[in-house]
Amino acid sequence: MTEPLIRLKGIHKYYGDYHALRGIDLDIRAGEFFSLLGPSGCGKTTLLRTIAGFEDVSKGTVVIGGQDMTALPPNKRPTNMVFQSYAIFPHLTVAQNVGFGLRKAKGTSEEKAKRVAEALQMVGLAGYGDRAAHALSGGQRQRVALARALVLRPKVLLLDEPLSALDKKMREQMQVELIRLQRQVGITFILVTHDQEEALVMSDRIAVMFEGDVAQIAEAETLYRRPVSRRVAEFIGTMNFLPATVGGDEVVVAGLGRMPVSSLQNTATTEGESVAGFRPETATLLFPGQEATDRIAEGTVTEVVYYGDMTYYDVRLTGAADPVRISMRNVFGRPVLEIGAQARLSWSPGAVTLFR
Amino acid sequence: MDQETRRGATLIAPPLLYALALLAVPLGAVLVFSFWTQDYLTVDRTPTLANYVKAATDPIYRTILGRSLVISGAVTVLTVLLAFPVAYYVSFHVRPDRKSLWLFLITIPFWTSYLLRIFLWKVMLGYNGVINSALTGLGIIDEPLTFILYNANAVVLTLSHAFAPFAILPIFVALEKIDRSLLEASRDLGETGVTTFFRVTLPLALPGVIAAILIVFIPTVGDYVTPAQVGGSEGTMIANLIQAHFGGLNDAPMGATLSIVAMASVTVIALALVWATRKLGGAR
Repeated sequence: MTEPLIRLKGIHKYYGDYHALRGIDLDIRAGEFFSLLGPSGCGKTTLLRTIAGFEDVSKGTVVIGGQDMTALPPNKRPTNMVFQSYAIFPHLTVAQNVGFGLRKAKGTSEEKAKRVAEALQMVGLAGYGDRAAHALSGGQRQRVALARALVLRPKVLLLDEPLSALDKKMREQMQVELIRLQRQVGITFILVTHDQEEALVMSDRIAVMFEGDVAQIAEAETLYRRPVSRRVAEFIGTMNFLPATVGGDEVVVAGLGRMPVSSLQNTATTEGESVAGFRPETATLLFPGQEATDRIAEGTVTEVVYYGDMTYYDVRLTGAADPVRISMRNVFGRPVLEIGAQARLSWSPGAVTLFR
Repeated sequence: MDQETRRGATLIAPPLLYALALLAVPLGAVLVFSFWTQDYLTVDRTPTLANYVKAATDPIYRTILGRSLVISGAVTVLTVLLAFPVAYYVSFHVRPDRKSLWLFLITIPFWTSYLLRIFLWKVMLGYNGVINSALTGLGIIDEPLTFILYNANAVVLTLSHAFAPFAILPIFVALEKIDRSLLEASRDLGETGVTTFFRVTLPLALPGVIAAILIVFIPTVGDYVTPAQVGGSEGTMIANLIQAHFGGLNDAPMGATLSIVAMASVTVIALALVWATRKLGGAR
């Protein structure tokens, strides 16, 4: 395999006594859309800022393009950033903002003006060059910030929660545009986000971070289907957890019954008390007349949440204390079950993960 | 008049009366006086432009008005140049929780009366003053320096010190308002710390700098106490001349004319400055 574009080795960052980054090792490949995902305070923004050069590391090295850049200031790094606040210069026009970093670039002013116009075109703001920056809407500022970074043709584009200030509709539109843009320019994108859905939708690979450490690095599907820990599973999407007891080769999961440990996905096999989890869509409620294709668990419906296309049922399985949530696609003509109804659950051991 | 209008009128009446009686009426009186003339002991109330012609032609008036503007200009430049680094330091390098303490310390000179501070400058700058004694004591100079008191230099120095906080505060406020991520964005886009200052920080602080310039320039042109105390004969400014006309020279109409001329000059310069920055600001 070729050398990664970015290699972080043993990155530690202390703020006084506070240990913000705890030995991060990370390789990011050229052309990848990579996301740093985690709850607020997990160190994802700090990590992004160490790549950009705004934070110096307490220990460790930052290698970009095969070159050690740990000690270099931001203006000497082949990275450009889209700030959370967009940081559009209010005293300049849109074109002056986009052309800000071109001052030292080679070429005549006509060539630079052309590059600015192309960058504006690329983000869908053609003809906006003469507008005053302070007169732009949030979505337009976002685009200007993108154009301003991309016009310099960086090796890496860093995005610090770029969509968090936009409303839902705008955010979804920009997600798609960012993916399209990334494919078009082929530049490595590193996105920081606390929104798991955003990370799943946009990224080639995702690093999930908790408390200054990386918990799992994987593609979206792997992360969703094979979380390495209960914490990752909880953070990405919804998961039902049931107490489990491991004894030898067998495990007893409350509500689901006894089965061989090897039939489940395992993060690590441990004797004794454990937790098993499954996603709401991996199990199915059986309606009258339907036959089970997998194993069956019995229970009672305790809550029904109707979403139009979907219905979420909370079902208390016989032998389990807490209800599990099952999501069912609504089918025309099929009645929605009511609270208190007896329910039969069809589930598959392969979709159940046994956590440490 | 409905009830709301009446209530509004009642509310603004006291300050309005106050402003009329103490600002508009005296100003109107000065304007009227400026078109009259002094006829030995009485005032000739025939409207005439004679005083304005005299103010424009007699070299003494032009010289002193010109000097006032030059001294104020020098005070403004010196004050703003010295105030900027202080404001910058407090805004960018002082810990956020210490900033108000710093601002508080900057205002400490105001705890002493303006007049006392001028006298203290006399003590410092005088022939046998602190500076001269120190320098002769250290053997750096043989003769006490005389160019530091009773001339324009002394006026510039004293006024710059007195007006420093007025310049520091608006610049500080302008610097505080700058989103720090803009500075990071500039660094990210390839600029160094120094070029970032000139391309981002300074342009964004400009409104504060303009405010500081106006706040220092306008009142110092008409300052009376400082030139009277430390200016000597070659540090005399327009306000001293106006005072002389109302007092010893017993020519109130000419004093009034000089006041109007001084006010008009300041207004023109201030407006020109505002206009020029608008023009320069362009996109804003």
